Amino acid sequence: MTRTHVETRLNGVERDFLCEPRQSLLEVLRDELGLTGTKEGCNNGNCGACSVILDGRIVNSCCVLAVEIEGQDLQTIEGVAHGDQLHPLQSAFLDEAALQCGICTPGFIMASKALLDREPDADEARIRHWLAGNLCRCTGYDKIVRAVRRAETAMEEMNA
Amino acid sequence: MTTIERPAYKVIGSRPVRPDGVEKVTGKAQYAADPRPQGVVFGKILRSPHAHARIVSIDTSEAERHPGVLGIVTAADFPQAEDKVQDLGEGAVNLRELSDNILASEKVLYRGHAIAAVAAASPHEAEAAAQKIRVEYEVLTPVTNVLDAMREDAPLLNETRHTKMMGGQHSERPSNIAAYNQFKAGDADAGLAESDLVVEREFTTSMVHQGYIEPQSSTASWNADGTITIWTSTQGAFVVRAQVAEVLRIPVARIKVIPMEIGGGFGGKIPIYLDPVAALLSKKSGRPVKLSMNRTEVFEGTGPTSGTVISVKAGAKDGKLHAVQATLRYEAGAYPGSPVGAGAMTMLAPYDLEHVEIHTFDVVVNKPKTSAYRAPGSPAAAFAMESVVDELARTLKIDPLQFRLNSASKEGTKQVTGVPFARIGNEEVLNTAMTHPHYTAPIEGPYRGRGVASGYWFNGGMQSSVVVAVNPDGTVNLVEGSTDIGGTRASLAMQLAETLSIPYDAIRPIVADTDSIGHNDVTGGSRTTVASGMAVYQAGQDVIREMSSRAARLWSVTPEDVSYEDGVFHCLKDSTKELTFKELAAQGARTGGPIAGRASLVARGAGGAFGTHIVDVEVDPGTGKTTILRYTAVQDVGTAIHPSYVEGQIQGGVVQGIGWALNEEFVYDENGRMLNSSFLDYRMPTALDVPLIDAVIVEVPNPGHPYGVRGVGEVPIVPPLAAIANAVADATGHRFTQLPLSPRRLIEELDGGD
Ligand code: FES
Ligand code: FES
Repeated sequence: MTRTHVETRLNGVERDFLCEPRQSLLEVLRDELGLTGTKEGCNNGNCGACSVILDGRIVNSCCVLAVEIEGQDLQTIEGVAHGDQLHPLQSAFLDEAALQCGICTPGFIMASKALLDREPDADEARIRHWLAGNLCRCTGYDKIVRAVRRAETAMEEMNA
Repeated sequence: MTTIERPAYKVIGSRPVRPDGVEKVTGKAQYAADPRPQGVVFGKILRSPHAHARIVSIDTSEAERHPGVLGIVTAADFPQAEDKVQDLGEGAVNLRELSDNILASEKVLYRGHAIAAVAAASPHEAEAAAQKIRVEYEVLTPVTNVLDAMREDAPLLNETRHTKMMGGQHSERPSNIAAYNQFKAGDADAGLAESDLVVEREFTTSMVHQGYIEPQSSTASWNADGTITIWTSTQGAFVVRAQVAEVLRIPVARIKVIPMEIGGGFGGKIPIYLDPVAALLSKKSGRPVKLSMNRTEVFEGTGPTSGTVISVKAGAKDGKLHAVQATLRYEAGAYPGSPVGAGAMTMLAPYDLEHVEIHTFDVVVNKPKTSAYRAPGSPAAAFAMESVVDELARTLKIDPLQFRLNSASKEGTKQVTGVPFARIGNEEVLNTAMTHPHYTAPIEGPYRGRGVASGYWFNGGMQSSVVVAVNPDGTVNLVEGSTDIGGTRASLAMQLAETLSIPYDAIRPIVADTDSIGHNDVTGGSRTTVASGMAVYQAGQDVIREMSSRAARLWSVTPEDVSYEDGVFHCLKDSTKELTFKELAAQGARTGGPIAGRASLVARGAGGAFGTHIVDVEVDPGTGKTTILRYTAVQDVGTAIHPSYVEGQIQGGVVQGIGWALNEEFVYDENGRMLNSSFLDYRMPTALDVPLIDAVIVEVPNPGHPYGVRGVGEVPIVPPLAAIANAVADATGHRFTQLPLSPRRLIEELDGGD
């Protein structure tokens, strides 16, 4: 099958790749680019494990064709920390024990980041509503919600 | 937190960051679908579209000619497996049935039953080629419901199966009832006759899935030297090794299983599905092969837990539970082995009563072979029993928790098996629940109600093996073989830090592959923190013994003259001589070489544990939707090693229970086709569906464990089903006996009741 050339900005760096038109962004990230931090839970838009941020919007990468991201800005879990400097959300997930098996965690961190990037003081109800597209089967969500709130406080302090 | 008779610990009870945490929040951790060995190709499984059919023929010739195909495997490639039973820790399997479940040979027994597999250069090519395999079926009538399957004229899944009765006899007629058993104490008929009040009801629960977010995935490489390497998602690498060895008839020594990080299991990742198939595809293609399921395959082709029909007749006398007669019918799925026995052994655990009679039926149906799911067998049985207890208490106008306290089991109470309980925390849990601010707060408003229920799980023991190596800088490698599903690296490292009196940060836990450590049973049955914890404790003691003798050598005294306290070795003969753990660690080379300790054991003395849950709900009579307003889960955990992960286990179990109670079910059409095999239609709770869950930890130490641990993970899924049903009964005045309490069911029954 002919492969298409795609240029994008991936975690802040210009990047191009070749892919088949039928390949999803999730598949290309994992199989072609070796970025396996983005997870597959359902491959049809129902679990959020594959969440990435595309031009500032949270999307399920399993429901985006890789050819569609031409010219767009893509953030994945691999780009969230800077070197050994964790993002406040990542630290908060650790401190609150907001992961058990951890398979949903990259998706939750990306979804939470997309929320806090635009609504840094979202309340519990808003957080729950926003995260309803991400399934976690281990934690019962309690500690995830607390972690997001903790990250809000930490980010506020950093910006103060 | 209610704590009873607990020693002062330094590390245990604190909340450090887990050792594998950073990798997991940065996307670096490698799960089963992640490794890409050089030259890897992709496999795809062809599955049965029929729920019950005889396989007449399989023609792979067209698929073989598909461009890019590198190998095809069917059941004919498996050696004939032995007809013998092997214990996997959270349930036993018959190896021939296991093999048949992995790739069907003569018959397909459920829709989604695997038939053949193809390897090709890309997943898309493998899928296209799999569609070209021609299978001719003789379609048979399926039976997908436990009561239908038990009828004498039911279509038989296996014409040669006879019911296994007590004492090892078999029924005369062939049957779908694979096994019948009974438990008896006292005289249930007489006990019911002399009761002040008797309630009799029949309860139905649907098949539900563990719903782990990571689908099964296995990558296998059949190497040129005849060894096999398998990277897989499992709760027990050694159990995978044993099963693959049996199915492929090759010695375990030739198989190396590398357990990847596991994206949830809850019991569902104990049986194997993909591993031997990936191995054979690798052998045929000469390349490593990655075989991954999609979500539909997970729903249709892996083991969920049983749908059940349970009848209970229970009598109360003098304000206590007095006599119970129950019949438990559990769907085993395509092959025998439902957890009905555990259901029978747990449902009355919270009670001390004289007269008991329980009958159990293990029944095969044309649905996927069930596997363990968190406290296997217990939630459905507790749903039935705790609903009846609630009705007894309410009718007698006794507070439902007080009624449970009046009847509570305690140390010495005989279980239905006749074995008396050791020290248990049932009463402490009930008392904590009764005085909790949630329970003492009023619940008001129309269509609002409160429910309570209790639950029990045995908790696990079994085999564990660990090695502890002391590094010259005073850090310690903890090599263990239990896969870490929810923070056991942390809970084991903490127990070792406590034993060795060194900081938690000094310990590096490593989950080893099957070539690198002795056998470890599965992570399941809430056994890892308990049993591997015991092994860690013993290995730590071994290290202290070894280091004491090293210090003795340096001080020219006998090891008996060395004591160890708070991280410092002291010479009892000369109080000026002392060495810290770190200082002595640096002396390894001078005192006899590297310092290490180890322990291998079969853990005994696992401590059973109880939970009591309180839930407030609001039912919308217009839409039938039930909203969880407030949830409190009280549980005896023995000792909470890492309280945050204990709370997390409890909260996670509760939310799975909420899903089971309100929404989750396998829906089948009359042809045995599952109608809701996606996360859209199989509705698991989201963050929006649940409130914060208050996990209240009670600590009644387990006398059988050095740190009093009982195990946590199973108990919290047991009470929610009944607690929610009891709350809905309180809110609506209508007793629901069928799960899930979906909006449709609520509307139908409430309107029908008007
Ligand atoms: S894998 Fe994309 S939403 Fe589930
Ligand atoms: S931590 Fe396992 S699915 Fe969320």
